[in-house]
Amino acid sequence: MSAGQTAWLSRPAAGQGAAEALHVENLHKKFGELHVLKGVSLSARDGDVIAIIGGSGSGKSTLLRCINCLENPTSGIIRVNGEEIRLKADSYGNTYPADRRQIERIRSRLGMVFQSFNLWSHMTLLENVIEVPVHVLGVKKERAIVEAETLLARVGLAEKRDVYPAFLSGGQQQRAAIARALAIQPRVMLFDEPTSALDPELVGEVLRVIGDLAREGRTMVLVTHEMKFAREVATHVVYLYNGVVEEEGPPAALFGAPKSERLKQFLRNVG
Amino acid sequence: MAETPAVAAVRKGGGWLQPHRIVLISIALAIVLASIFYLRWDWLPAYLPLAVQGIWRTIWLLAVTSVLGIALAIPLGLAQAAGPWALAAPARAFCTIIRGTPLLLQLWLLYYGLGSLFPQIPWIRDSFLWPYLRQAWPYGVLSLTLSFAGYEGEVMRGAFAGVPKGQLEAARAFGMRRWTAFRRIWLPQALHRALPTLAGETVLQLKATPLVATITMVDIYAVASRVRQDTFITYEPLLLLAAVYMAVTGIIVLAFRRLEARFPARVG
Repeated sequence: MSAGQTAWLSRPAAGQGAAEALHVENLHKKFGELHVLKGVSLSARDGDVIAIIGGSGSGKSTLLRCINCLENPTSGIIRVNGEEIRLKADSYGNTYPADRRQIERIRSRLGMVFQSFNLWSHMTLLENVIEVPVHVLGVKKERAIVEAETLLARVGLAEKRDVYPAFLSGGQQQRAAIARALAIQPRVMLFDEPTSALDPELVGEVLRVIGDLAREGRTMVLVTHEMKFAREVATHVVYLYNGVVEEEGPPAALFGAPKSERLKQFLRNVG
Repeated sequence: MAETPAVAAVRKGGGWLQPHRIVLISIALAIVLASIFYLRWDWLPAYLPLAVQGIWRTIWLLAVTSVLGIALAIPLGLAQAAGPWALAAPARAFCTIIRGTPLLLQLWLLYYGLGSLFPQIPWIRDSFLWPYLRQAWPYGVLSLTLSFAGYEGEVMRGAFAGVPKGQLEAARAFGMRRWTAFRRIWLPQALHRALPTLAGETVLQLKATPLVATITMVDIYAVASRVRQDTFITYEPLLLLAAVYMAVTGIIVLAFRRLEARFPARVG
């Protein structure tokens, strides 16, 4: 049995006792002949902050995108909040969610933050933040606006509520995207390299917001290149290499005393 | 502080009423006055009611066929941009045929073709639609609508395809249903992208409307022809015609500009 397949069993003691928010088991993903994920397992209990690190092409973004089926996993088990995503395969071997309504319901509990923000460009920040609560979750518009204003204030964008995304800096857009993800009251937050598309001087403001969320006990899975940040906020770090979990553990152990030769090499290169 | 806006604007250097514009306006005014006083307009009172009716019919024809055409163009564009082969292929074929043949040909095929076929079919003659199908305007509306749909279907295909993937991916990632994502994200952004093109296409559609005069519909163009036939006055009715089309074009351009101004300039 590979390290990847047993990884979710050996959780650090910190999360023990808390309910399991996210469970990924033996996940495989192929793009045609290309085998991107080769049996990855992952588990997050409430309050866990899982940082996924790894080199370019290691499959870390694909792993994150498989969790909410933006990429359909080729095989494996994904459970969100105890509910398993039902997958089915067609005759060509392509897998996709068996129940559209189920995957839509599960996605509406996963707050996704993209590398390139993907704020809806024809809506103001406030409209972006209330869009999903009002049009997916059925929240009354007045209530959604009140909550959205609180969230925008929280990420420091209260006075930008009526501004369109194109008029904001990357850092401001990403903070607004975080507010949009928070507005759905997500069970788990998914961050897909949230600072990779930002100018260096804007990275700090976004990391501060994410760090605050981590400290208040949000459950999140974070794909990142910011090793220092991962070390500070993560409760558990997963190092992916070539579609397999090469090494994982608490940040102190992983960054302080890496066992795998590849991880040592990786940390030397990025550090 | 008691400056008029024009003076204030000139002082800022970006004024609208600048010397060269005053000259141009004077020349235009002179031409208008000359054509009023030196040309013959004595026929106008007699034909004014008909002309007003013709203008109304032109505008009505333009509005109805543009709205119906766009309503058809949206599914045509969507089918080509994202539909399965079975929908995309017929949509592409329709757009290719419409864009590949003259509108006058389409109009005559429908009017003389269908129009002479229908009376031979008893159940059509007996149907409640027959009183309408005997007239010319349903064929005019149909062919102008199909023509607009064919051209705009192609425009909408490009507009749908041009919306960045990330916009739709964000909608998907938050659990939006496909119809909600289409209605809330994809369609508004595609329409906004297509708006400048649609403004120009609507102006072209206005200038396609005179073709219905060839199938006995009395639009403003047909009124001008009738004046010429009745009175042997040629230029004055044509000048009036030009003025009417320019005025309607101006209104279309302004209306689209206002529509575009509702979106921020840097969207997309």
